Amino acid sequence: MVFSTASFITQIVVLLLALVLLHKPLGAYMERVFAGSTHSWPERVFYRLAGVDAGTEQSWSVYLRSVLVFSAVSILAIFVLQRLQGVLPGSNGLPGVDPWIAMNTAISFVTNTNWQTYVPEATVGIFVQMCLLAVQNFLSAAVGIVVAMALIRGIVRTKTHRLGNFWVDVTRASFRLLLPIAVVGATALVVGGVVQNFWSTEVVNQATGVAQVIPGGPVASQEAIKVLGTNGGGYFNANSAHPFENPSVFTSLFQVFLILLIPSALPYTYGRMVGDRRQGFTVAGVMAALWLTSTALMGWAVASGQGAASTAAGGLGEGFEQRLGPAASSLFAASTTLTSTGAVNVAHDSLPPLAGGIAMVNMMLGEVAPGGTGSGLYGMLVLAIIAVFIAGLMVGRTPEFLGKKIGPREMKLAALYILVTPTLVLVLAGITALLPDVMANAPAAGPHQFSELLYAFTSGANNNGSAFGGITSSGPYLSVMLGIAMLLGRFLPIALVLALAGSLAQQRKIPASSGTVPTHGGLFGSLLLSVTVIMTALSYFPALALGPLAEGLIK
Amino acid sequence: MTRSTTATAADTSALTYADGNPLGTPGEHKHHTKAPAKLNAATIRAALPVAFKKLDPRQMVHSPVMFVVLVGAAVCTLICVVKPAVFGIVVTAWLWLTVLFGTLSETIAEGRGKAQADSLRSSRKGVMARLRLDDGTTKEVPGTDLTLNDVVICEAGDVIPSDGEIIDGLASVDESTITGESAPVIRESGGDRSSVTGGTKVLSDRILVRITAEPGATFIDRMIKLVEGAVRQKTPNEIALHVLLVSLTIVFLVVTMTLAPFASLAGATPSPIVLVALLVCLIPTTIGALVPAIGIAGMDRLVQHNVLATSGRAVETAGDITTLLLDKTGTITYGNRRAVNFFPANDVELHDLIAAARLSSLADETPEGRSIVELANDKGVNGPELEGLRTGSKELTIVEFTASTRMSGLDVDGRRIRKGAATAVELFVSESGGHMPAEVQQRVQEISAQGGTPLLVAEDTHDGGARVLGTVHLADVVKPGMHARFAELRRMGIRTVMITGDNPVTARAIAAEAGVDDFVAEATPEDKLDVIRREQGEGRLVAMTGDGTNDAPALAAADVGVAMNSGTPAAKEAANMVDLDSDPTKLINIVGIGKQLLITRGALTTFSVANDVAKYFAIVPALFTAAFPGLGMLNIMGLASPSSAILSAVIFNALIILALVPLALRGVKYRAVSANQALARNLLLYGLGGLVAPFLGIKLIDLFISLIPGIG
Repeated sequence: MVFSTASFITQIVVLLLALVLLHKPLGAYMERVFAGSTHSWPERVFYRLAGVDAGTEQSWSVYLRSVLVFSAVSILAIFVLQRLQGVLPGSNGLPGVDPWIAMNTAISFVTNTNWQTYVPEATVGIFVQMCLLAVQNFLSAAVGIVVAMALIRGIVRTKTHRLGNFWVDVTRASFRLLLPIAVVGATALVVGGVVQNFWSTEVVNQATGVAQVIPGGPVASQEAIKVLGTNGGGYFNANSAHPFENPSVFTSLFQVFLILLIPSALPYTYGRMVGDRRQGFTVAGVMAALWLTSTALMGWAVASGQGAASTAAGGLGEGFEQRLGPAASSLFAASTTLTSTGAVNVAHDSLPPLAGGIAMVNMMLGEVAPGGTGSGLYGMLVLAIIAVFIAGLMVGRTPEFLGKKIGPREMKLAALYILVTPTLVLVLAGITALLPDVMANAPAAGPHQFSELLYAFTSGANNNGSAFGGITSSGPYLSVMLGIAMLLGRFLPIALVLALAGSLAQQRKIPASSGTVPTHGGLFGSLLLSVTVIMTALSYFPALALGPLAEGLIK
Repeated sequence: MTRSTTATAADTSALTYADGNPLGTPGEHKHHTKAPAKLNAATIRAALPVAFKKLDPRQMVHSPVMFVVLVGAAVCTLICVVKPAVFGIVVTAWLWLTVLFGTLSETIAEGRGKAQADSLRSSRKGVMARLRLDDGTTKEVPGTDLTLNDVVICEAGDVIPSDGEIIDGLASVDESTITGESAPVIRESGGDRSSVTGGTKVLSDRILVRITAEPGATFIDRMIKLVEGAVRQKTPNEIALHVLLVSLTIVFLVVTMTLAPFASLAGATPSPIVLVALLVCLIPTTIGALVPAIGIAGMDRLVQHNVLATSGRAVETAGDITTLLLDKTGTITYGNRRAVNFFPANDVELHDLIAAARLSSLADETPEGRSIVELANDKGVNGPELEGLRTGSKELTIVEFTASTRMSGLDVDGRRIRKGAATAVELFVSESGGHMPAEVQQRVQEISAQGGTPLLVAEDTHDGGARVLGTVHLADVVKPGMHARFAELRRMGIRTVMITGDNPVTARAIAAEAGVDDFVAEATPEDKLDVIRREQGEGRLVAMTGDGTNDAPALAAADVGVAMNSGTPAAKEAANMVDLDSDPTKLINIVGIGKQLLITRGALTTFSVANDVAKYFAIVPALFTAAFPGLGMLNIMGLASPSSAILSAVIFNALIILALVPLALRGVKYRAVSANQALARNLLLYGLGGLVAPFLGIKLIDLFISLIPGIG
């Protein structure tokens, strides 16, 4: 298969044009969604039923408790209902899900990871798909967004404990934001040829008399929120490489567009909320620069992986979709790992070693370019706080971020935040590397085997969900280890971000002067970019050297 | 009588502000030699014993980064004992050197303070006090035994035994032990110049001093503790920085510890010594080792400027100041009004007016009087000096200013020349049948309206009768260079607010001339407090200076309050800094020192972290090229061998600490430019520099050590 540079560049240009066009109206809309104090009547009914006092606002600890309770209940409910699948309607004749798989899946979907340790079409029926997993696709995306909103409120507000009401925020994110766009997106996907029905079709080949069952299901409706909410859990095992999920280059590009839509518009929302749109543009600029660089590198790595020898050895053939081509796959692979999506339209295991390495680096950046819905923005803002700390010192002011002092408490929270994922990835992968039983399960050997291990925990702890395959068995050990990675990788950072928001909200605002480091513009943008890249490089360079670099750099 | 008191106060201020360059840039003050600590063989040799003592783990644990190095070095030593090898021993030795260089930098920074503390201590040794007992008799007691409210008698030649307040008398005092300024200052009971400091010396007269300090809590005691660093606590910013450094250390601990199982999959498990070496190279040892030295050196720079801060926190806060409250008098303008112009009456020649004004002021030693003589000289009217007048004239009477006449001047050969306030002079001429010309009356009003002070000059001769010669315009004169200095402050993001007791018209004129951002006219001490509260309410950080007791609440409320050493004990107690030179413009230098402290910290942190990139490129290929030859491509420095690469990185890591000690002590140069310009410059210098420098350094070291057999 030939990598078409022209197609690659065209797709990037079309994609960027669409995102640039939409980020302002969508960003402004998102600000309005979370700002107003009026509730529509269905929302009022919902609040009354749920016993939520929509008029009160919560402190950071109550907000966090709400996130945790909500997520814990969701995990428990999904686990139990999966186990009971056999006796529930809509099981498509499938039995209750294996407990380890059910646990892993429940955690995976609630944490917005959507790591799939199971084969969907052989494990879960329509009920689990539509009523559990799809619902979580909305809710986990909404949780990410509302945490980002709480952080921005913490930055904007002064001398208060109140960060908003989690239940109101999450309701609005789901019904006013995600649902309408998902409906439009699903319709467009149906038009593009994605399946949307409730049954499988049996086709009998008249000539041979062999009957073939073509699987069906409400794929388009699942697909839209899968990408829009940066979830990534496919209806079919092959995910977006499956022709029913992603029939053409057009739907592939449209899915990448939906993946990037909300994360790339959130910086504009942020800029508006802090009353200085330049702040938003700077964050968006850093995200765009990282995205563009990484996507270009991915294209280069994939394209240069198709030399004569590798083609002869099956190089770019295996694992790639002929319908889509390596250009569309490079674009998809970069965007799905730069966000917390993890949907795939190419087997990442089959990417050339350096391209696989780039996919890993994308996740290791903390998925901030533009990142998961909400989580990308709050991740980038925490990095901005680290950057402003260094910048503040360098100009001789105790550092402040948008008028808020970055003191020991803020620094503790921000430093812990950037500590969480590298520690999870390296420690859990390190422990696993010591277990010969687990490693023996992996068919590959040498640096590629290590890459598979590293990829699995990088994906889990960063709530991405894409996989290299190979090492990832559905056995209890990895289910539990990856479950821990996903849970801690999601909720520790959220807890730290909310604590940070609470700490910032209590402060008074220091007016900016010419002695204040501006947190907008090219200079701060470059600093933020450097901090993001260097922090990642320092944490993961030795591990990357033993995996993709050892495999990819051949003398 | 009123006059004489004013004169004394003016003289005192002339003594205290002897330094004619009140806006002097750092280092221009001519104090006793306080050269910053220098790094030479002698200093290092002197500091070594203490540096070794500081290797005590109980002390090291306060600096987590260096503690990790200490533990690493200890582990490697154990390994070397069990399994001796040249490479291991050399690496271990350099790890120990890394820790030692850290403690050494701290010791060197402390060195100067120690010497100063010793000299301060000796100034009080064996000082005896003459304690006045209730029955009026006196008793000799050791100065250190004095407690609160004891009353002691000090006469010329005595060393004042403890801090106190003069309750009776006046004396000239040599305060050079604490200020380094040899010119004596006048201290007197009552008013804002009544406080004396223990350890200073009475040069003349006799004073009764009521002790205001508990034993061991005197100013000198506090100063000793301060310069010795005994009261040093981590400041909030230092804590925040430590948090970042510790979290980086944890990341690198995880990175190196997990590298063993990862590499074991490839059968290339690095030896423990190599892992420790990697860890030490990665954790931010450069900044970790130098943080204490930077903090001590910052306080030290303040002491070099003759400012004492009660805490490091105050120094840092100084760098954050966004509003400066400055008293007009003495800070923005010369403390006194000066003659700026002469306006003759209609029928008087300008030359005659100037000559008369000059004569009337010859014997007038007030700054106003002197300024009239100076201005006359400037205008080319040199006339006779007082001595010449005394010998050249038959009869000469000097008329002193009195509160009742409100005029001064002299009578020479029957001619009575006077200068004074308009009403007084009008009375003087009308008594002798003269009158007040209308144009002079108008000029007086004009000058007043501009905020100046009009002085009338009149003469009374036997033949000509009394007449008004004209007006002298006295005005506040803004010190030269103020405008530029305030513009500089504005670029730094600092607003200046002038506080003055003048009426709004005068205040506005001076404010415009000096270029301050805002002013408060007709201000009372309570107004200062209000301004501070208002500015703080808007989230600004305020600094101010003060000396009077009525300044104390404002000094306490300000984020940085600098009390003049000449001020009252109450003011000094309320402030968080004391300026021993009693120079109100010092505030501007203090802000610079605070900023410099933070910049140095930031610059070295950035440098330290940026260094890691090169260290990875040295060590990672060294570790794994044997297993994966392709990784040899990462050896972009072309280092000779794996062991020389690792050793070069370790040696560079240790030497860079030593190399940066002078920078840590001196501080990164601070320029008054906008935040963005400063950031761009420092990022380029210490960020990019930190990225590139180790590539060169490690390569260079590698070139040397690859010559050593067994390593290269």
